[in-house]
Amino acid sequence: MVTVSINGQKVEVEKGSTVLEAAKKIGIKIPTFCHDERLKPHGSCRICVVEVNGGANLPTACVTPVYEGMEVETESEDVVTARKEILDLLLADHPLECLTCEKAGECVLQDLCYQYGVEETSYDGARNHYEIDQSNDFYYSDQNKCIKCGKCVMVCDELQETHAIGFAERGFETHIATPLERGLSESTCVSCGNCVSVCPVDALGSKKKTKFRYWEVNKVRTTCSYCGVGCQMDLLVKDNKVVEVQPADGVNDRMLCAKGKFAFDFLSHPDRLKMPLIRKDGRLQESTWEEAYDTIVGKINSIKAENGPGAFAGLTSARCSTEDNYMMQKFMRAAIGTNSVDHCARL
Amino acid sequence: MTNSVDEVLKSDVLFVTGSNTTENHPVIGSKMKQAVKNGAKLIVADPREIELAYYADVFLQIKPGTSLALSNGLMHVILAEELQDDKFIEERTENFEALKELVKEYTPEKVAEICEVDAKDIIKAAKIYGEGNRAAIYYCMGITQHSTGTESVMSIANLAMLTGNIGREGTGVNPLRGQNNVQGACDMGGLPNVYPGYQPVANPDMKKKFDEAWGVDLSDENGLTLPEMMDNALRKSVKMIYIMGENPMVSDPDTTHIRKAIESLDFLVVQDIFLTETAELADVVLPATAYAEKDGTFVNTERRVQRIRKAIDAPGEAKNDWEIFMNLMNRLGYEKTYESASEIMDEIASVTPQYAGIDYSRLEGNGLQWPCPTKTHEGTRFLHGERFARGLGLFKPANYKPSAEVTDEEYPLIMTTGRVLYQYHTRTMTGKTEGLNNLAPESFIEISPELARVKNIETGDRIKVSSRRGSITVNAKVTDKISGNTVFIPFHWAEGAANILTNGSVLDEYSKIPELKVSAVNIEKAS
Repeated sequence: MVTVSINGQKVEVEKGSTVLEAAKKIGIKIPTFCHDERLKPHGSCRICVVEVNGGANLPTACVTPVYEGMEVETESEDVVTARKEILDLLLADHPLECLTCEKAGECVLQDLCYQYGVEETSYDGARNHYEIDQSNDFYYSDQNKCIKCGKCVMVCDELQETHAIGFAERGFETHIATPLERGLSESTCVSCGNCVSVCPVDALGSKKKTKFRYWEVNKVRTTCSYCGVGCQMDLLVKDNKVVEVQPADGVNDRMLCAKGKFAFDFLSHPDRLKMPLIRKDGRLQESTWEEAYDTIVGKINSIKAENGPGAFAGLTSARCSTEDNYMMQKFMRAAIGTNSVDHCARL
Repeated sequence: MTNSVDEVLKSDVLFVTGSNTTENHPVIGSKMKQAVKNGAKLIVADPREIELAYYADVFLQIKPGTSLALSNGLMHVILAEELQDDKFIEERTENFEALKELVKEYTPEKVAEICEVDAKDIIKAAKIYGEGNRAAIYYCMGITQHSTGTESVMSIANLAMLTGNIGREGTGVNPLRGQNNVQGACDMGGLPNVYPGYQPVANPDMKKKFDEAWGVDLSDENGLTLPEMMDNALRKSVKMIYIMGENPMVSDPDTTHIRKAIESLDFLVVQDIFLTETAELADVVLPATAYAEKDGTFVNTERRVQRIRKAIDAPGEAKNDWEIFMNLMNRLGYEKTYESASEIMDEIASVTPQYAGIDYSRLEGNGLQWPCPTKTHEGTRFLHGERFARGLGLFKPANYKPSAEVTDEEYPLIMTTGRVLYQYHTRTMTGKTEGLNNLAPESFIEISPELARVKNIETGDRIKVSSRRGSITVNAKVTDKISGNTVFIPFHWAEGAANILTNGSVLDEYSKIPELKVSAVNIEKAS
């Protein structure tokens, strides 16, 4: 173990830990753009610079290992000056469209400019002008807003293992692209949206079907309802409608697939069943719960009287909750009297 | 799964068989690719050259329905090369001699002929698996949906026990569950022979336990399985079927047979979130809540009981499924009320030993993996650590038997079925997302280039596919993903439905699973 001091506060961490990890342990927040604990640290965005033992060089907290006796300052004058300069440089090629930007309220660049009081860039130079790639059905790539943190590329390479996107060009022209610039729809992209979920700005954004601001939504943690992996995710809810899904920590390690991330439209689809339906004159007609219950109970009683409980069968559901399944099999076994309960585990 | 999902990254060998993981369990598929990058060896056995095949050290493109022969062949080589774990066999298992005797005749040459693969690849795969320190098997419906499905699973378990690859981290026999709560539905006794917690209905002690817990005199007779229900409906001995959240008109084999069975019923109740193809045939349709509209739990493929939480109100007058059953039970004279899903979980815990330690207050965070027998138990990451449930692991040797469905002059091709990444099951949910429909708009048939040449077929041609059950018309997709006389059709779409063609009459002797993965078909260009 190694003891270091961060902003005058002592912390003991394992040898090999980074300054960022040590700071996190005692609740000191160091800002980051490119860091993600699931990825190999690469220290490219430099916003996490800190001062060590009063030295002139400001190392990046995310890749600098701690050593015994290290003294770290995370918000010293030099550090703040450096961070402001980094933000200033980023804004030199980033449109200030925060009023209408979809990411407003959840944009790390916006938050840090607010924190350090950077209103606009002091540089007057060339700006990139990229066409927005709208070819994917679920998200867009707006390279005019990209800050080149590279998290999207690394998530696609190191975690999703799809290798659909990479860095193209060099220097000022550096941007995120698909092979041969042929666009997302022509790439190997599987629309998992895991790049979108880690983008700190609005360079990769979900195509919203409902307009919302991130400060307007409630987040509700739940389990994905598609396959059996059981991915954890947050439903973002505005006005009783799920408007976005974000991956959460769990068995899925903050990853999702195209279905989990983007296929929630069915919840608010107009074809959802809203009333009980009873077949009358050969067609299904809207009815009431009372009439539906009476019809079902009447039929159960008459069939049971005539044929016994062996004439009933029920299919529970691999799609419904554990509690729903328990109640259905109990209904079949205890209230009707048959063990003919099965479901599509075999299909 | 005997083991846990994050253990994919702890294995040094992964054997993926009958699972198209990157499309059907995408997040686990990505972890498998990560494992390969980190140095794990990968063996893939599948009739299709799925994405994982590109990452594999050995890819065995086996003929559909021959997995059992392959497992026996792998064990033959492992024994010949003396790669078995003698200590594990001695201390933890029984009936080894019978297994040894049975696999003797499964030489790589013989198995290569059955599976239509190269004998050298069988030897290579066996050596990789046998030499692994932590070798894990992942499988799915490609193993189970056969007339010898259960025996194929047993042979996989034999393989794991033979090499001591069970009961330790990074090993195991891991079926990937295809639906969000198929594990929970099974755990809760959504099966005709067991109460919640797999407690047999025919066991007098279990019946007594549930008689007392539920305050009724229960039936001790095993009920009917799904295919048997349909047969009995056709014979008029089953009069009423109650279906919750299922769409057998698309998901079940031989749709024509299912339709006839359902139409023979006196009364059909369907409870769902949409008017599915099955609900359209019902006498009463009840509107239920979707996962985002209710509290509850789903149990994932690694036995982890996890919460779902009400985020939005249900549309119209839709009700929770459990509430509907409570109301019906009360009207049928079974008086019992529940205030919440949490209260139902408390009752589940009181009758289900694996869930005894589970309640909602303990499920915040990342849930709990059963078995979780007490309120202080932290759940179980992997099973069979110290001992097997029955004590010693029993080798169950099983001989390969060809699929019951056979090809002939009229139906010379083998059709196998599965899913695609961008749709889910019968599309009740995914079919409502425009982007997914753009990516996977309609049903299709994968045809090998060699077969396409013989039949003069090109991608995009309309193809009539016929089996002994019926025929459909779908678009051709000529691809080297598939080879020879095997064809593939995904089963999602009601239009061009693969299950018009599949065989519902041949069931696995033990599990009663239909032989969905092997259907004899013929193809011709549609006029």
